[in-house]
Amino acid sequence: MLELTDVVAGYGPLQVLRRVSLGVQAGEIVCLLGGNAAGKSTTLKTVLGLVRPRAGSVALQGERIDGLATEDIVRRGIALVPESRRIFARMTVWENLEMGAYSRRQTAPAEIEEDRERVYGLFPRLKERATQHAGTMSGGEQQMLAIGRALMARPRLMLLDEPSMGLAPVLVEQVFDIIQAINRQGTTILVVEQNAAVALSIAHRGYVLQDGRIVMHGAAKELLDADDIRRAYLGED
Amino acid sequence: MDALGILPQQLVFGLALGAIYGLIALGYTMVYGILLMINFAHGELFMIGAYVGWAVLVWLINAGFGGLHPVWVVPVMLLMAMSLSGLLGMTLERFAYRPLYTRGATRLGPLISAVGASIFLQNAVMLTMGARMKVYMTSVLFPRSWYVQVGSVRVSVLVLMMISVALLLMWLLNVLVQRTTLGRCMRAVAEDREVAAVMGVNVRRVIAVTFLLGSALGGAAGVLVGLYYTQIDFFMGYSAGLKAFTAAVLGGIGNLKGAMVGGLVLGVIESLAVTFLNPAYRDVVAFVVLILVLVFRPTGLLGETVPQTNKV
Repeated sequence: MLELTDVVAGYGPLQVLRRVSLGVQAGEIVCLLGGNAAGKSTTLKTVLGLVRPRAGSVALQGERIDGLATEDIVRRGIALVPESRRIFARMTVWENLEMGAYSRRQTAPAEIEEDRERVYGLFPRLKERATQHAGTMSGGEQQMLAIGRALMARPRLMLLDEPSMGLAPVLVEQVFDIIQAINRQGTTILVVEQNAAVALSIAHRGYVLQDGRIVMHGAAKELLDADDIRRAYLGED
Repeated sequence: MDALGILPQQLVFGLALGAIYGLIALGYTMVYGILLMINFAHGELFMIGAYVGWAVLVWLINAGFGGLHPVWVVPVMLLMAMSLSGLLGMTLERFAYRPLYTRGATRLGPLISAVGASIFLQNAVMLTMGARMKVYMTSVLFPRSWYVQVGSVRVSVLVLMMISVALLLMWLLNVLVQRTTLGRCMRAVAEDREVAAVMGVNVRRVIAVTFLLGSALGGAAGVLVGLYYTQIDFFMGYSAGLKAFTAAVLGGIGNLKGAMVGGLVLGVIESLAVTFLNPAYRDVVAFVVLILVLVFRPTGLLGETVPQTNKV
């Protein structure tokens, strides 16, 4: 589904990714682990065309997408749940969902309505708050909205950037249950996390990013048992 | 006549003036909302709108209205001025600002470029149209004998037209921004450009459209001011621009309703100053308001504090 090959990227003189290669197969949940400033968010930004790779390639379903404009990349079926949610605070919940469906404004309104109902089914709270300004909601509700907004694009591949950040442990578990449910309904998932334990608990496979390089990858179970991971992430928090 | 006697009259005048300020202020505030930059050339787009309106009026009068019923003259003037000012605003964005802000230069870059564009446009108009003022033959369209008398207040049809056109345009803009997909995209880009792009919004196009709309409103204001004051010159955008900028800051820069409210409040304050103080203090009062707002309430009257998303 998604294939990054030897991607080099950064900002100005700062090089963040140094030859990152990773792949996500259709139907998988893959997690990308790593500490602060390891390059996790930059990896997602490079996939979305928000950061241009200086070398290497990004391919979606066999076709290269690096070099395309962001709006063209997302139209091919990628949606993002951004770090710290970044919902449109001054818009209503309904409008946020509407923005989520913007990339497929050519599709029939009935179909979009169907997806809205599906999102409301997943997060009944959003339906109750449909006309409320998103900025007035709690952190957990905003995270639900961010996920709902991404679902409205009916993506083939959903990217999530630190979905556990700033949430109470109960909510974290709930969010990851939902990610798993979304995956079971057919959406491929690439999730970036610092919280390795919870991410690996739902992932099929994982990669570990350190200083802009993939230093380890394997099945989620193997990574969970790996001493390096335990050490690295005990020192993390 | 005593000051209180002419007060109602002055208030109506203040509202008309304020509606114009609000119309111009919208252009400043829209651009600021989306790019965090002050388009210092906006006053010149207003001035050019006044010239376009003047040219259309002169042409129509010479052509004996070209078979047009006189009622349609002002709409044609507005349409032409709005189109040309709008396109010019879009051109400025494309060639004078975009190359700077996309390169991620400092925020000062586009700002300086805007000052340059302002000087360039003033001089271009002076060189092509002459430095002497042009005269709007308003009385052909709105004879002085056309007015409405309510009690002691006498309001000319021209002033009523100005207020209605300004309010209508503001209302249309508000509907566009609040109710349409385009408006939702504009708000999305203003709030978070990167996330808007991830939603599939063509951010550059939305920015261009924002300039188009804001500049068109400025152009319309130019026509209204030309009709009212009947004299225009290449330098008129400078003071009007500063006043409208004050109105935008007064209402809360970046906030559309703020620009409208700020414009009306500033217009009324100015007309009160003219009524109760020496009219020469008009500009002083306006800029004292700007300073007071900046010192005591920098977010403006309707400036909002956006609820912060909970970060760790």
